[in-house]
Amino acid sequence: MLAESLQFFFSGLTVGAVYALVALGFTLIYNACDVINFAQGEFVMLGGMTTVFLALAGLPLPIAALLAVAVTVLMGLALHRLAIEPARGASPVVLIIITIGASIFLRGVAQVAFDKNFHSLPPVFGTNPIQLGGATILPHSLLVLAGAGAIVLLLWLFIDRTLIGKALIATATNRLAARLVGIDTRRMVGLSFAVAAGIGAIAGILITPITLTSYDVGTLLALKGFAAVMLGGIGSALGAVIGGLALGMVEAFSAGYLSSKYKDAAAFLVILLVLFAMPQGLLGRGKVERV
Amino acid sequence: MSVRDLSRHPLAALAWIVPIITVLPLFFPSAYYYRIGALVFIFALAALGLNLLMGFAGQVSLGHAGFLGIGGYAVAIGPAYLGVPAWLAIIGGAVLSGLIAYAVGRPILRLKGHYLAVATLGFGLLIAIVLTNESAWTGGPDGISVPRPALFGLNMRRSEPWYWLAAASFLLSAVIATNLIDSPTGRALRAIHDSELAARVLGIDVGQAKLAVFAISAAYASVAGSYLALFNGHITPDIAGFLNSIELAAMVVLGGMGSVVGSLVGAAVLVVLPQVLTILHEYEHIMLGLILMGCMIFLRRGIVPSLQAAWAGARR
Amino acid sequence: MSALEAERLSIAFGGVRAIDEVSLAIEPGVVFSIIGPNGAGKTTLFNLFSGLYVPLAGRVLFAGKDVTGLSPDRLARRGLSRTFQNLQIFFRMTVLENVMVGRHRHETTGVLADLLHLPSVRRQNRRTREAARAALSRVGLEAEAERRADALPYGALKRLELARALASEPKVLLLDEPAAGCNPVETKELDAVIRSIAKEGITVVLVEHDMRLVMNISDRVHVLANGRTLAEGSAAEVRSHPAVVEAYLGVHGAQEAANAFG
Repeated sequence: MLAESLQFFFSGLTVGAVYALVALGFTLIYNACDVINFAQGEFVMLGGMTTVFLALAGLPLPIAALLAVAVTVLMGLALHRLAIEPARGASPVVLIIITIGASIFLRGVAQVAFDKNFHSLPPVFGTNPIQLGGATILPHSLLVLAGAGAIVLLLWLFIDRTLIGKALIATATNRLAARLVGIDTRRMVGLSFAVAAGIGAIAGILITPITLTSYDVGTLLALKGFAAVMLGGIGSALGAVIGGLALGMVEAFSAGYLSSKYKDAAAFLVILLVLFAMPQGLLGRGKVERV
Repeated sequence: MSVRDLSRHPLAALAWIVPIITVLPLFFPSAYYYRIGALVFIFALAALGLNLLMGFAGQVSLGHAGFLGIGGYAVAIGPAYLGVPAWLAIIGGAVLSGLIAYAVGRPILRLKGHYLAVATLGFGLLIAIVLTNESAWTGGPDGISVPRPALFGLNMRRSEPWYWLAAASFLLSAVIATNLIDSPTGRALRAIHDSELAARVLGIDVGQAKLAVFAISAAYASVAGSYLALFNGHITPDIAGFLNSIELAAMVVLGGMGSVVGSLVGAAVLVVLPQVLTILHEYEHIMLGLILMGCMIFLRRGIVPSLQAAWAGARR
Repeated sequence: MSALEAERLSIAFGGVRAIDEVSLAIEPGVVFSIIGPNGAGKTTLFNLFSGLYVPLAGRVLFAGKDVTGLSPDRLARRGLSRTFQNLQIFFRMTVLENVMVGRHRHETTGVLADLLHLPSVRRQNRRTREAARAALSRVGLEAEAERRADALPYGALKRLELARALASEPKVLLLDEPAAGCNPVETKELDAVIRSIAKEGITVVLVEHDMRLVMNISDRVHVLANGRTLAEGSAAEVRSHPAVVEAYLGVHGAQEAANAFG
C-alpha cells in the first residue's frame, strides 16, 4: 500500500512539476499585464515538438533543444507584440479570447508544420527505473524535478537580484509608477512573455520523454496550469508552484485510487471545490472593496 | 439602436430581421446554404442565452457548451433509451440544464472575474468529460446517432425545414430577451453589471438574479444543443467541449455584449467564416485563431456597437 | 422607538478596531449627522448599518427590531436606503433607468411575466417611470432623464444617486458625504432638498465634512474619532464641546461653526 502510494507520489510530483512551470509562466504574464495567457500551453508544446522535429532533421539533440527554446521565445515575443499590445485596454473577456485565439492559431501552425502524431525524445539518463522505497521512479523524472527546481531558483534570483528583474516587478506592481521612474513597461511586459515562453518550452522539452508530445497537448496543459494558478492563488509565484505540485498529486492519486478515466476531471473538480471554499486560493490575498 | 433606444421601441429593432430571414433563401443556390443558415440560427440561439448572462448581467461563462451537450444528449438518449418523443426531450433537456445551472450556479456565481471564468471553464469541461466517459449512456468519444424527429410529416432530413424552425425559434427567443430589457428583472441584471453594491442596497437579491439569468441562459443553450443534435442526426462529446464554449463566448463578444441582434451577427460571422474557409481545411485552426484574434483586436466593442457608434458619429 | 439604533457596535479589520463599542439611537423623522476626522469610521458605521459589514459585536436595530447581519437587500426591503461616498451609479443605464432601479422594491412582477412582457409589466413600467420622474424633479434632474448616466458631471451624479435612493421610498435614508465636491450653491440646494425630505417624515442620517451644512441642518450630531464616540448632542452643544473642538474642529473649524449660527 505504501509502495503504491509512493508510486503515485512520484508520478504526481513529476507531472506536478510541469504544471508548476506552466502555472509559473501564467503568473509571470498575469502579474506583468493582468492577462491570462491561454497560449502558455502551446509554449510547452512548441518546446517539445520543435525539438523533436529538429532532431529528426538531423540536428544534435542539445542544439535542437536550444533552438526550440529560442523559437518559442520568439513566438512569445510575437504574441505580445502582435496580439496583446494592440489590444491593451480591452476588457478581460476580450483579452482572454485573444489568447485563446492565439493558442488555437499556434496549434494550427503546429498541425501543419509538424504532424498529428505523438512523438517522444530519448530520455537523457537511460530507461532503467530507479528503485526507491518499493516504488520505481524514472531517472528522467528526477531530471524533470531538478530542472523545474533550477528554473524556479533562477527565476527567483533573476527577479530578486538583478535590476531588470526589479524593473519587471515594478511594472507588475504599478505600471504607471514604473513608467514615471523611466522603466519601459512595454519592454518589460514583452520580457515577461519571453521568459514565460522560455520556461514553457523548457518544461515541454523536459517532459516529452515521459509523457510524449503532440500538436494538441497544449490545451489541456494550459487549462490545468490555469487551474493550478487558481489553486495557489492568482498572482502568487509561490502559489503557482505549490498549486501545480498539488494538482499533480491530486491527479496521480485520484487516477490511482479512484478512476483513471476521470483523471482530468479530478483536477477540475478540486479546483471548483477550492474556489468555493477558498476563493483566494491557498496563498492568494483577498481584495477589500472600498465603498 | 442601443439598449436605451430599444427600451423605447423594444421590438422595432427585431422587426427588420423578419424580412431578411424570409428573403434570404431566395438567394440560396443550393440546399447547403439552408444548412449554413440553420446552423447560424441555432448557434445564435445559444449565443443569445449567453449574452443575457455576459452582456446584460456582466458575468462570464467559458463553459457554456456544457449545456449544449446536455440538450444534445437529451434528444439522443430520450427517444432511444427512454421512449420519449423528441419535443419532450428538448423540453426535458432544457429543464435539466436549468436545474443543473441552478444547483451549480449558487456557489459558482459568488465568484468574480478570472475566478468565475475558470470555475465555469472547469464546469464545462467536467460535463464534457462525463459525456465522454459514460459510454453506456452516451456512446463514448464516438458519440451516438440521434433519431430524426417527426414534425408535421415534414422530411426532417432536409435542411430546409430546419432553417425555418431555427430562425423562428431564434426570433421568438430574441423577442423574449428584448422584453427583458425594459422590465424589473432586466433592469436589475443591468444594474448588477454596473454596480452589484448599489443593486444590493436598492433591494435587489443579487444572488437570486444571477442564478435566474444563469438558468435561463442554460436553457437557451440546451435547446440550441437539442436542435444541433437533431439536425445533424449524430452527437459526440465534442459538442460540450472547450472549443465550442470559447466560440460561443466569442460570438457574444464579437456581436456586441448586451446586443440581442449582436448575438445573431456574432453567430453568423463565426459559423459562416470557417465554412467559407473549409477549402483551406488543413489550415482551419490557423484561420479560426486569426479570426478570433483579429476580431477581438480590431472590433473589441463588438460589431453591432461599433457600427452604432460609427453611425452616430456620421450623423453628427 | 428609534428609527435606527446601534447598540455597542464593534468591528475590526486585520486586528484594528475600526468601530469600537459605538452606541447611538436615531429618533424617527430627525436629521442626524455623524461627523469626525478622516478615518474615524463614519463610512464603516454606515456599512454596518446597511448590512455591507457584519459586526464583530453589538447589534443594529431598525424600527426597534434586531437586524444585525441582515443582507443589504433585505434591509432595503425594510425601508433602509443609502448613497455612497464613491459613487455607485449604473453608468451604462440612462439617468431615468438609474432611478427606476430605485423603485425595485416596489415592483412585483416575476421573472416569467417580465420575459413575456405581460400587460401587468407594462402597467408597472409606467408607474415606475412616473415615480422615477418625480424623484428626478425633486433633485432638479428631470431634463437629463434620457441621457446616459456616464455623460453627467460629478455634481449631477451625486444628485442622481440621491434621487435613486429617494425613489425607493425609504423610512431611513443614509447619505454618505452628499456635499463632497459640491460648490456653495449646490450645497445650499442640497440643504433645501434634505430639509424637504425630513419634512416628509423620512429619517435622514448624514455623514458629512461640510460643517456649515451639518450645523445648519442637523437636529442631532454624533462625533466619532478613532472608531469611538467622542460626543453627541445638538449642533450647538457639539460645536462648543471642548473635546470635540480639540480633536476635530480645531480653532478654525470652531469659528466656521460659530459663523453658521451668526
